[in-house]
Amino acid sequence: MADAGMLRFHVPEPEVRPGGTPDFSNVTIAKAGSVPRPEIDVDPRDIRDLAFSIIRVLNRAGEAVGPWAGLLSDDELLEGLRHMMTLRSFDARMQMAQRQGKTSFYMQHLGEEAVSCAFRKALAPGDMNFPTYRQAGLLIADGYPMVTMMNQIYSNEADPLKGRQLPIMYSSKEHGFFSISGNLATQYIQAVGWAMASAISNDSKIAAAWIGDGSTAESDFHSALVFASTYKAPVVLNVVNNQWAISTFQGIARGGSGTFAARGLGFGIPSLRVDGNDYLAVHAVAKWAAERARKNLGPTLVEYVTYRVGAHSSSDDPSAYRPKAESDAWPLGDPIVRLKNHLIQRGVWSDQRHTQAEAEILETVIAAQREAERHGTLHAGGKPSARDMFEGVYAEMPPHLRRQRQQAGV
Amino acid sequence: MPRRTMIEAIRDAMDVSMARDERVIVFGEDVGFFGGVFRCTQGLQAKYGKSRCFDAPISESGIVGSAIGMAAYGLKPCVEVQFADYVYPAYDQIVSEAARLRYRSNGDFTCPIVVRMPTGGGIFGGQTHSQSPEALFTHVSGLKVVVPSNPHDAKGLLIAAIEDPDPVIFLEPKRLYNGPFDGHHERPVTPWSKHELGEVADGHYTVPLGKAVIRRPGAAVTVLAYGTMVFVAEAAAEETGIDAEIIDLRTLLPLDLETIVDSVNRTGRCVIVHEATLTSGFGAELSALVQEHCFYQLEAPVVRVAGWDTPYPHAQEWDYFPGPARLGRALVETMEA
Repeated sequence: MADAGMLRFHVPEPEVRPGGTPDFSNVTIAKAGSVPRPEIDVDPRDIRDLAFSIIRVLNRAGEAVGPWAGLLSDDELLEGLRHMMTLRSFDARMQMAQRQGKTSFYMQHLGEEAVSCAFRKALAPGDMNFPTYRQAGLLIADGYPMVTMMNQIYSNEADPLKGRQLPIMYSSKEHGFFSISGNLATQYIQAVGWAMASAISNDSKIAAAWIGDGSTAESDFHSALVFASTYKAPVVLNVVNNQWAISTFQGIARGGSGTFAARGLGFGIPSLRVDGNDYLAVHAVAKWAAERARKNLGPTLVEYVTYRVGAHSSSDDPSAYRPKAESDAWPLGDPIVRLKNHLIQRGVWSDQRHTQAEAEILETVIAAQREAERHGTLHAGGKPSARDMFEGVYAEMPPHLRRQRQQAGV
Repeated sequence: MPRRTMIEAIRDAMDVSMARDERVIVFGEDVGFFGGVFRCTQGLQAKYGKSRCFDAPISESGIVGSAIGMAAYGLKPCVEVQFADYVYPAYDQIVSEAARLRYRSNGDFTCPIVVRMPTGGGIFGGQTHSQSPEALFTHVSGLKVVVPSNPHDAKGLLIAAIEDPDPVIFLEPKRLYNGPFDGHHERPVTPWSKHELGEVADGHYTVPLGKAVIRRPGAAVTVLAYGTMVFVAEAAAEETGIDAEIIDLRTLLPLDLETIVDSVNRTGRCVIVHEATLTSGFGAELSALVQEHCFYQLEAPVVRVAGWDTPYPHAQEWDYFPGPARLGRALVETMEA
C-alpha cells in the first residue's frame, strides 16, 4: 500500500490566464481528411477512436480532402458562406444595439457560425432543433426573418413572444426551433423525448439536441444520454465545445474525460468529434448523424470543437479571465475565412466578391433593423400590451389571473 | 354501478383515455410490464403495447423532461413519479419548463402533460414515502394542481387532467388507494366497495378541474380539506357534533374560491386542514384568501391544522398526522372563539 499522506484537492486550471501568452500546443489537431468515414450502421464499439480525434475536411491550403468531403455543391457552399456572414453581421449590429440601449441583452456567436449554419442544412423539413441561446444560425440558415428576430430582441410591439422573454430566447415551431429556456440543459432531454414521440408515432422526423461544453455537467445531459441510449431515440446529440462556460474553462466540466464526445461511449452511443470551424466537416458529420437517426439506427453524439471568440454575453468581459489574443491563436481558425478561402481556391469566389457581399449583407441587416425599430425598441416606441403579460399562462385564463389583471388596471 | 378502488379508478381513467386518444402515452419507473408499484398501470402495456405504456430509467428529470419533449411533438404523456417525495429531481423541468412553455413561446409550443405521483402519509412511510409537496407546485404559475379524495373523483379528475391543455400535477393520496381513511388507525380499514364514492361509472366521464365540492353541508364552521383530510374532517365533525360544512377542494390550482367564500360567508368560521407542513403550506394561501374575501363575516380567527414543521417521522406517525382528535379540538376552539 502506498504511503497514506495528506490528501490534496485538485482543481483544474486553464493553461493561460490574462497577461499570459496563448498556448494551444496541447490541442491535438488531426490532419484534414485523415479520419475515416464509417458506414452509418457501424457498431459504435468499432468507432471509439472517432470520439478522440477531429474530423476535418478543409486543409491549410483551403482544399476539401478525405472521405467526408464532396457532399455540397458550390452553390450550397456559397449559400452557407452567406448564412455565416449574415449571422456575424447580425450579431455585430445587435451587440451595438445593446450598447446603444435599444435592448437589455445580447449574445454573439462570433467564431461559432459554422456549427449551427452548417448543421441546419443537414436536416429535413419537420425536424426539430432544441437549441441553446447560441444557435441562431439555425434560424438564419432556415430563412427565418431577421426582422422577427430583432423584434424579439427589442421586445417591441411586433415581438412574436409579446415581450415575455429575454432577448435572443427565440421560438419558432414552423422553423424547427424549439422555444429557448434560460435554464441550461433542460432542452437536451426534451429533444430526446421529442424524438421518442416521433418514433412512437412511426413518423420520419428526427430531433437535434444542443448543449454547450459547460452545461454537459448538468444532470439533464446525463438523463438525455440514458434515455436516448435506452430507447434508441432518433436524435442527434450536439455538444458545442467552445472551450469556455462564461469564465470557466472546459476542463472544469470535462474533468478527466478525454473529450466530451467520449462521454457518449459509456452509453453505447456512437460519438464523433468534428472541427467546428470547418463548414464542410460540420455539415458532413451532421448529415451522417441525421441519416443514422432517420434510418432508425439511433442517436449519435457529436462534439464540435470550436472557440468562443466573443464575450459570453453583452454582460461579460473575457479579458478578466483569459488572454486577450487567445482567439487569434486558436488553431482551427475562423469558420468564415476558411470557407471563403476554400471557395476562392475552387475558383468560385474572390476577395473582391467577398468584400462586396459583406457590404450587401450589412445593408440587408441594417434595413431589417430599421424595419424592426419602426415597431419600437425596449425603451422607446411601440411595446407589447401589459394585458399580454396575463395571457398564455394557461390555455384559458383562470379566475385568479382575471382578478389580478383587473387589479393591474389593464 | 361498479365499485372500484382508487387504484382501479386511476387505472380505468388511463385505460379510457388511451382508448379514446392514441396520443396518450403512459410511462414511468416500473409502470410498464409490472404495472406500477401500486398497480395503477396494471394491464395497460399488455393492452396498448410497449409504445404506449413503458418502463423508464430511474430518472425523474428524464421522465418529466422527455414527457415535455413528447408534448411539444404533439403527444399527451401521462407520466408517473413513483412517490411525490421523489419529484425533486424533476422540479426544474416542471417549474422552469412545463409550467412556462406556453407562456414563454406565446403558445408556439404547449405542454399538455400529467405528472401523477402518490402523495401523503399515514402509512408508516417515514421521511421519503409520506410527503405532501403540493405547496411547491401551487406557487408555480402555469401549473394546475389536483388532489382527489375518492375513486369517483380520481377517475373523473384524471381524465380531465389528461384532456387538459396545460400541465397538471396529479397528487394521489396513497393512504386512500384501497379505502377511505379518517385517521382512526386503530380501527380496521373499510374498503372502497363499502363506500358510495367507490362507485365509479364505466367509460368516459370527467370531473372538472377547478371545482370544489361540498362533502358535508353544515352551518357552524367551514372546513377546507383535500385528499385524506376530507375523511378526517368528516370524522371530526361527527365526533364533536359540530355542524361543520366540509369542502373537498379537489383542485388547488386553479382554486374554486367562489365555493369557499360562499361557504365561509354563511358559517362565519373557517378551519383549514392539510397533511403538509404548516409554514408556507397551501393552508397559508387559503387562510389569506378567506381573510381577504370574508373579513367582515368572520366571527373567529381562521385556524390551520397541519403537519408539524418537521420532516415526516416514522415511529411518531400518529403524533404527526393531523387526525380527527387534533382537528376536532380545533373545531371546538373555533366555535368557542
